[in-house]
Amino acid sequence: MNASKASKFKLWLQIFGTFCQIGPSTFGGGYAMIPGIEREVVTKRKWLQASEMSDLVSIAGSAPGGVGVNLAAFIGYRIAGVPGVMMAVAGITLPTFLIVFALSLGYTFFKDNAKIEAALKGIQGGIIALIMIAAYRMAKSAIFDKTTITVSIGALFLLLVTPIHPLYLIIFGFLIGIIAVQIKKALGYTIHTEQVSKHQDDPTPIYPEYYI
Amino acid sequence: MLWQLFLVFMKIGVISFGGGYAVIPMIEHEVSSHGWMSGAQFQEVVSLAGMAPGPIATNSATLIGYRTAGLWGAILSTIGMILPSLIIIIIIAACFQRLHQQSWVKSSFYGLRPIVTGLIAYAAIHFGFLSSSDAALSWSTLATGLICAGCLYGIIRFKMHPWMVIVASGIAGIILF
Repeated sequence: MNASKASKFKLWLQIFGTFCQIGPSTFGGGYAMIPGIEREVVTKRKWLQASEMSDLVSIAGSAPGGVGVNLAAFIGYRIAGVPGVMMAVAGITLPTFLIVFALSLGYTFFKDNAKIEAALKGIQGGIIALIMIAAYRMAKSAIFDKTTITVSIGALFLLLVTPIHPLYLIIFGFLIGIIAVQIKKALGYTIHTEQVSKHQDDPTPIYPEYYI
Repeated sequence: MLWQLFLVFMKIGVISFGGGYAVIPMIEHEVSSHGWMSGAQFQEVVSLAGMAPGPIATNSATLIGYRTAGLWGAILSTIGMILPSLIIIIIIAACFQRLHQQSWVKSSFYGLRPIVTGLIAYAAIHFGFLSSSDAALSWSTLATGLICAGCLYGIIRFKMHPWMVIVASGIAGIILF
């Protein structure tokens, strides 16, 4: 094995190792992972600059899938191309997969335990609260004019009263966005496709996709 | 069965804009239309998925795969869930570095974000009603409501971390139920 191959291999292992640590230490879903990833990748390893990082976060949040996994994939690609993607994603997925798997095995043993059952019922209440907060945050960044209010209420209404598959709503959302902007353009309105920030000189980056 | 799990989660993976809680209604739709589990079982899965570290959508895929088809079910569901976003990310990273600044992308997200809002709001309402399916006003409905209200207060007032919410509500559950 020559030197460059060895250093490549070492980099792959480093990527895998770094993302392995992030998964198990971040409870609370995708967006909870971002500060951890930022610390490891920007501050500790210096693989990326902070400004690049906020760009990647906003793309990772817009692409389908969990933002944590997407971000890992993106960073892996930046550092080491497609093998980097594989290493980063394996690193971020494997530990949590094993933990969830163990939890699931443990659950089949203890599911008749009254305490466990009570705890899980309690957690349901907590999850409802978390989802409500997520909905509120999302609404704050997504709803800011008549079109967006109508679309979100319409989507909620369809989901509540019809058995529509969410797939169609997603496709519909894409189309209505493009069509609405075209119509507004034709009618000569000023177009805002994102909420205009009230604090222009706020240094903290805002991620419109921040909903968890 | 395994192949079906893989395909279903791959489909969810492609459309899982918004991640996390926006994906729960998508998963539920598929799970109930395939008859893989009941509403109550699905709620248990989501609770367990929220408890574990990592993204809630991927965790749910792992758990549902395991419940329906064992270890291989878990592995294939998880891979199915993340594979589409991997491919999409690689394409974006390789071809369009500044994709999110293109005007057509911006305008499609203008329509997509309110839809995702609707999906998450639906998840909250639906999850709430599933919890109180047994009786209109029983002790368990009231207790769930109390826990939910307490958590909301904790998150808004004290910026409680999501995982603290899970731990606190679990403890509250042991005390109240």
